[in-house]
Amino acid sequence: MLRTLYAALCVAITLGQGYAMAQNKTDLTLAAPWEVASYDPAVSGFAFQRLQLMENLVDADTDGALRPGLATDWSVSDDGLTWTFELRPGVTFHDGSTFDASAATRALNRAWQQPGVLRKAPIGSISEADGAVVITLERPFTALPALLAHATTIIPSPTAFDDDGNPVALVGTGPFRVEAFTPPQSITLARNDAYWGPVPKLAEVTYLAAGRAETRALLAESGDADMVFTLDPSGYARLQDVESINTIALPIPRVVTLKVNAGHPFLSDARARRALSLAVNRDGIATAITRFPEAAATQLFPPALNAWHGKGLESLSHDPDAAKGLLAELGWTVGDDGILIREGERFSILLRTFPDRPELPLIAAALQDQWRDIGVELEVSVASYSEIPAGHQDGTLHVALYARNYGLTPDPIGTVLSDFGAGGGDWGAMGWKNSAVAKALETIAATSDMAIRHENILKVVRALHSELPVIPIVWYQHTVAVADGLKDVVIDPLERSYGLGAISWKN
Amino acid sequence: MSSSILWRGPTVSVPFHGRTDEHSRTVIAALAARGLQAVLVALIVGIFSFVMMQALPGDAAYRIAAGRYGYDMMDAASAETVRAELGLDQHWTAQLADWISALAKFDLGRSLVYGTPVMDEIAVQLGHSLLLAAGAVLASLLFALPVGVAAGLRPGGLVDRASLGLSVLLRAIPFFALGILLILVFAIRLDLLPVAGFRGPEHLVLPSITLGLGLAAVSSRVVRDAVTDAMAAEWQLFSRTKGLSTRLTMFRHVLRNAALPVVAYVGVQLAYLIEGVVIVETVFAWPGIGHALVHAIFSRDITMVQGTALTLGLLYVALNLCIDLACRGIDPRTRAAGRTGPRS
Repeated sequence: MLRTLYAALCVAITLGQGYAMAQNKTDLTLAAPWEVASYDPAVSGFAFQRLQLMENLVDADTDGALRPGLATDWSVSDDGLTWTFELRPGVTFHDGSTFDASAATRALNRAWQQPGVLRKAPIGSISEADGAVVITLERPFTALPALLAHATTIIPSPTAFDDDGNPVALVGTGPFRVEAFTPPQSITLARNDAYWGPVPKLAEVTYLAAGRAETRALLAESGDADMVFTLDPSGYARLQDVESINTIALPIPRVVTLKVNAGHPFLSDARARRALSLAVNRDGIATAITRFPEAAATQLFPPALNAWHGKGLESLSHDPDAAKGLLAELGWTVGDDGILIREGERFSILLRTFPDRPELPLIAAALQDQWRDIGVELEVSVASYSEIPAGHQDGTLHVALYARNYGLTPDPIGTVLSDFGAGGGDWGAMGWKNSAVAKALETIAATSDMAIRHENILKVVRALHSELPVIPIVWYQHTVAVADGLKDVVIDPLERSYGLGAISWKN
Repeated sequence: MSSSILWRGPTVSVPFHGRTDEHSRTVIAALAARGLQAVLVALIVGIFSFVMMQALPGDAAYRIAAGRYGYDMMDAASAETVRAELGLDQHWTAQLADWISALAKFDLGRSLVYGTPVMDEIAVQLGHSLLLAAGAVLASLLFALPVGVAAGLRPGGLVDRASLGLSVLLRAIPFFALGILLILVFAIRLDLLPVAGFRGPEHLVLPSITLGLGLAAVSSRVVRDAVTDAMAAEWQLFSRTKGLSTRLTMFRHVLRNAALPVVAYVGVQLAYLIEGVVIVETVFAWPGIGHALVHAIFSRDITMVQGTALTLGLLYVALNLCIDLACRGIDPRTRAAGRTGPRS
């Protein structure tokens, strides 16, 4: 009886699959680690943007160059204080309501009140005038259009909010609209046939949040998911041997860095930070832990950040003996247990990190080992990442290990300014004072003169490289598995889009 | 068929009151007791989960901001925004009072992290968890009943010893490894079932079997012991002596007696399942309540934790009631009907 049932089940499944294969495939399943549980653009905007459910006024290509989105054109007044964004006419939201300046200003004002990138700009007001969006600034800030390309500044329909202003629906202007939403695990999208741009070839897309890297790799291998984002090293290696799948590894502007409290008596001298940096075996970490040997950081900003990647900088190297020499210069002597001592104090510090990116605790363990070789005792605390900004604020942090995304907006100045500008930042410098760098960053943010920008960027990059307010460890690789049958797949190193609008199945 | 001499254990003698009245009266009493229990559970669970969340180390505003905005956007400024928005600097007694007065209006509030009504989130996740729990129990019974009965009928026999070994093995494998193993075999090698997700009934099969195998490892032993005990009981011998066939003895007496501890045990397992076997939900990308509760605790989503704990507490009460009623259905002694004398 059971055997018959089982046989019938097998036949049914095989027939079902055969039937599906015979049709021209127009649906796609995508798996990624990120759960989507909120209707709020400030919380889950990254997913709505990547899935092309909602759009920004400003778009960016895969090189980070800005291009028109829902705004067709933008200009700034001569004093650099008033920006005007002309809007694309004839655009409708998924529910049929009209996209106009009032909808755009409502969305942007909301985004400005919420934590998000707009807080990085000196904005005075956001209003509408003559069908355009007008943003006034307190001082010039040239990267403003780049901020309007960020996920937290996407434009949902005013109808997506209830009377109290709470987001209650997912209504945007993008080439895909929401068919079903099961927070936090999945979103099903359907093609928006009324889209203002080229209508997608895919009719249906399912986004599945799968938290375990093992699950994602298996989803790719079995063909249950046609595109899988963020693979772990072993899954990536395994999928490279699967014929029906193409694996892609792309350098992205995310960097594993060590935040160092330069206000701490052990770490205030740049030589101490340089010694810690010299003790780090980056090639070893990149080979054994993240498994992309070419991604060992030679400087803070990776090549993907074009203008910010210093071409002539001397690479950060691994030289434990030189590290010991520098620490000896600073008055440290080796104690009985091999740990350095100065004026009765042991060189013992605490590193804070978090498990959300599984490689971080492993890298922390490697650092613990490598620093012990130069006589530095490192305790590792793996907890919530909110402990890092909290430790920055109350001054208790020694060192912290995290992955910082400098490609958050196509122009990284907003992030770099808040990390290394005057006073440092929660995810950047701590207790480090360099007024020349702060001034150069202000200049970069305010000017659109490319020569002045370039000169000041170089100044900043050099200072960060020699003084090491943060110690870069490895650059990130974005790993993706794509089913062989898909064409026109473009992987965005800025992680702004999954490129679903252009993708189709080969016949 | 409810002859008290045929049942093992002490005979309960109850004066005759008329069966239907007595029966419905005890059912109503059971319901009333459980109803009272439900109200108490709601209050105690709500207050306890609140107090425990307050007692956790670390600044709640920072944890909530982290849960909301992710590490790329979260910083001290966003934590301060959260603190102001949610009134986290209020005294905790005021926060708790707010929650209880909202609860009285059957309002569980909004998730502090996602901004969505807690009730909506729980409705989605609880539905998926119940489905998975039902699938897992069904799978475990499909394995445990035949194996347990076969083992129990011949204690010390081949089936008994082999199933004991298998039980130990299955219990020792972590759910995570078992899940991956099943995916590798059924989804990758044989290509029969999907790896993960929850779109159709076929998605329920592998997570149910993963959990079911783990549960069956224990429940098959419970079945086996219950059957062994029943087979060794005097009433079993009596029913054979009075001329019942092996089959009739088996179905009328042995299985019915053995069912009691098994039903009670399945109840315990079900409670454990609804709470969510977090790792199985994560491996199979299943949007269950256990997974949601763990996330809520990490990101200090107090209203979500309270709402989830409350729902689970009430569910346990309901579950206990169901198990009580099921056991009453199986065991006539608890029904206390006044009829005596064998009918079989």
